[in-house]
Amino acid sequence: MSGSVLLLCLLVIGVVAYWLGRMRANALAGAKLSSMHSRSSYHGGYTFVWSVLPALLLLAVWVSVSPTIVETTVARSFPQEVLTAAQSAQNLEFGIIRSIARGLTLLSSSDAATLVNGTGDVRALLSAKGVPLAGDPKPYMMTAALELNRLTAISQWLMTVAVIALSLGGLFFSLKAIAPKLRARNRVERVILGSLIAASSVAILTTIGIIASMLGEASHFFSMVPAHEFFFGTVWDPRFAAAGAGNSEGQFGLIPLLLGTLYIGLVAMLVAVPVGLFSAIYMAEYASPRLRAFAKPMLEVLAGIPTIVYGFFAMITVGPFLRDISAQINGIATGNFQNFIQAQSVLTAGFVMGIMLIPYVSSLSDDIITAVPRALRDGSLGLGATRSETVKKVILPAALPGIVGALLMTASRAVGETMIVVLAAGVAARIQINPFEPMTTVTVKIVNQLTGDLEFTSPQTLVAFALGITLFALTLCLNIYALYIVRKYREQYE
Amino acid sequence: MTDFTANGPLPVTASPVRRDIGIKRRYAAERRFRLYGILAIGFGLLFLALLIWSVVSKGYTAFQQTEISIPVEFSEKVIDPQNKRATDPNVLMMANYPVLARDALAKELGVDLSDRVALKELNTMISNSVRVQLRDIVLRDPSVIGKTVTVRVLAEGNVDSAFKGQIDLSVPEKDRKINDRQLGWIHQLAEKGDLVKAFNTGIFVNGASSRPEAAGVGVALIGSFYMMLIVLVLALPIGVAASIYLEEFAPKNRLTDLIEVNINNLAAVPSIVYGLLGLAVFINFAGLPRSASVVGGLVLTLMTLPTIIIATRAALKAVPPSIRAAALGLGASKMQTIFHHVLPLAMPGILTGTIIGLAHALGETAPLLLIGMVAFVADYPGTPLQPATALPVQIYMWANEAERAFVERTSGAIIILLLFLLAMNIGAVILRRRFERRW
Repeated sequence: MSGSVLLLCLLVIGVVAYWLGRMRANALAGAKLSSMHSRSSYHGGYTFVWSVLPALLLLAVWVSVSPTIVETTVARSFPQEVLTAAQSAQNLEFGIIRSIARGLTLLSSSDAATLVNGTGDVRALLSAKGVPLAGDPKPYMMTAALELNRLTAISQWLMTVAVIALSLGGLFFSLKAIAPKLRARNRVERVILGSLIAASSVAILTTIGIIASMLGEASHFFSMVPAHEFFFGTVWDPRFAAAGAGNSEGQFGLIPLLLGTLYIGLVAMLVAVPVGLFSAIYMAEYASPRLRAFAKPMLEVLAGIPTIVYGFFAMITVGPFLRDISAQINGIATGNFQNFIQAQSVLTAGFVMGIMLIPYVSSLSDDIITAVPRALRDGSLGLGATRSETVKKVILPAALPGIVGALLMTASRAVGETMIVVLAAGVAARIQINPFEPMTTVTVKIVNQLTGDLEFTSPQTLVAFALGITLFALTLCLNIYALYIVRKYREQYE
Repeated sequence: MTDFTANGPLPVTASPVRRDIGIKRRYAAERRFRLYGILAIGFGLLFLALLIWSVVSKGYTAFQQTEISIPVEFSEKVIDPQNKRATDPNVLMMANYPVLARDALAKELGVDLSDRVALKELNTMISNSVRVQLRDIVLRDPSVIGKTVTVRVLAEGNVDSAFKGQIDLSVPEKDRKINDRQLGWIHQLAEKGDLVKAFNTGIFVNGASSRPEAAGVGVALIGSFYMMLIVLVLALPIGVAASIYLEEFAPKNRLTDLIEVNINNLAAVPSIVYGLLGLAVFINFAGLPRSASVVGGLVLTLMTLPTIIIATRAALKAVPPSIRAAALGLGASKMQTIFHHVLPLAMPGILTGTIIGLAHALGETAPLLLIGMVAFVADYPGTPLQPATALPVQIYMWANEAERAFVERTSGAIIILLLFLLAMNIGAVILRRRFERRW
């Protein structure tokens, strides 16, 4: 029985167990329900947990461990020259064996028989079934594949028996345990609490997963390319991934990508901060309730639009518009209708990203500004200050830590933004200061390096993880610093 | 002026010069400040309008598709010249169907069948999909061979653009995708009423195609649907369970603090990092297939979890403590209090947060690029383990296509995506308006 069928079986047993447990509890209680410690559905839950949970754990362990055990057993029977070969060569051979074993199960019995006695063409027969082989099969492989299939079948069979037995055992044990004094509710609730804890640990596991996976792959990369060449290199020229070719390694300099990221982020912030901040101030201090009710959700629509749409907008509308208008301006000024803004440029990407960031700045600042206590405002107005003076001299200084925190969070979003820059910033990694020329970013290069063929052994692929960990560290620092500032100063007026 | 103590009348002097406290200047500054605010809001709204106008004006034509209706003669000479179709089923599969359509078009336009240049130009006016279309007609009913049937075939993308008036005719003929003679034919067909704009169902149901007129978001819609399903099934229970623990049970200690800081940080991690995580863990380590929507779903689940947890915790927090106290006072256990009373009351808030998280996940592109969803998939994926694309990824792929007709398709796909997002957000708003209680 395969894992998924077994899972279904367990579920059926569980439902039956719930029903049996309830029945038994009801029967024990008879007419006097108060004689039981727990209500009958908790007894049902108790039997359900006992019949499903241990079996499920066993199933999970078996599924994850058994392939390794089976394969090491099969590998022990390999000929000497294979066993002494390098690890990578062994893996390759084992890949072929696995393919043959998989193919054998797909073939008709007569075809399989011709393969086993060595008369059939293994590659042709298997590729007809959609199982391509990576290399020519050697004679020992057929026996190994047969052994692999045999052991796998035994393992499957044992697993089925063990899991079902454990499940039924749990069912009978828990059914026998049902008694008026059994504290079924408390036990079931403890299991529920355990699963709640498990669910909240997913967040920690995700972080650990992010850090571990990226550090792991990045350390592979740093074993091929020295860390200082990556972090301080000024040339980005990764070349193409060529399998096994050691001398085709390119240069992986982070600096041009980082500068591009920061430059585009800076342009975006130059657009987003004044616009966002002024809209927030106007919304909080001046706007009539009707305008606020209309404009605030409309601006927040900007935050709900997917970034790919912004990227397309930048590429199709804003980029060509800037290019054409620059050609016109140049033509009027010098008579030469040559555009000086490229369609893909720091300005295009930064400007559109700035529009995307407006709602982040405005809604975060709006919350912070409205949180400034009324008394401060009234005091300032009472002393004869105008509204704008109140905002500039009283409210903004009071809200400053929060606003700085909000801006830092927005900046981290600008740094991690991908789709706009992929479509509008260009792919040329270079160091320059003209905002009308294209530059590229860390995120663009991650996407570039990872679309297409992947080889987890080449630095061309692995560099993406080094870039990723840089990006992660950068945004993490910005966010933690922002949280720190917000937390530190938030309580001031409460 | 200094001694007011005298009981005489106040000396009449010239009215004192009012001290200039700069009130004019200050009011001007006030007006300027107010203007900046209005300009800022106007700027934001202007670009929102511009963005939507730009997409809609380019994309609404994608929902119409030019079709040519021509009487096609299913000539036996072309389909089965050696009359072997009874014995060899491949004959009908492999027959040269485009020639049938081309000849039919030539006959319709009165073009000489021996003019090879003209025939070649005619051929480029009909979509490649005609091969499959005519083949399906013949395979469904082989008796059609030898008869003439009026068929509506898709016009090629450039003909479509020209008929919709999207091709700039001031460009010299040799730089155009469509020449003057073809334009003449288009006019001829249009006057006869053979060239019609029909509602484009293809954009909703077709899979990937290198030809714009036959490309659609069908596969992408299914892929996105699978992913949303996975996100809903995984992220909602896990998110709610985690929030209940953190909000109701967790002791105030360092571990809880760590989890909270963690969740806040995860909400701010760039989405592309989740793509790297998915690539390293789900594909490289766990060996799940690339381009499969199950991997996309898992990645998006991890990405959406923080959003759902934050929304759920806010919703749980909004349930007043008196409800908990009342339930506990009547003898309910803590678990019963939460699952029987607090959770149902918080449900509208939780669902609103979930829908917004789902909408966010639906529009997310960057992580999906890394796990190989950038794939040319023409067939519907039957299970989440088969290769698929997602709606935003399809938009990305089309945005990178050079042809003019793909700009229209891309905008059309964006309109579809935005309509989905709009529907989800309206749903969330309605849910909130209708069910949310304030205490």
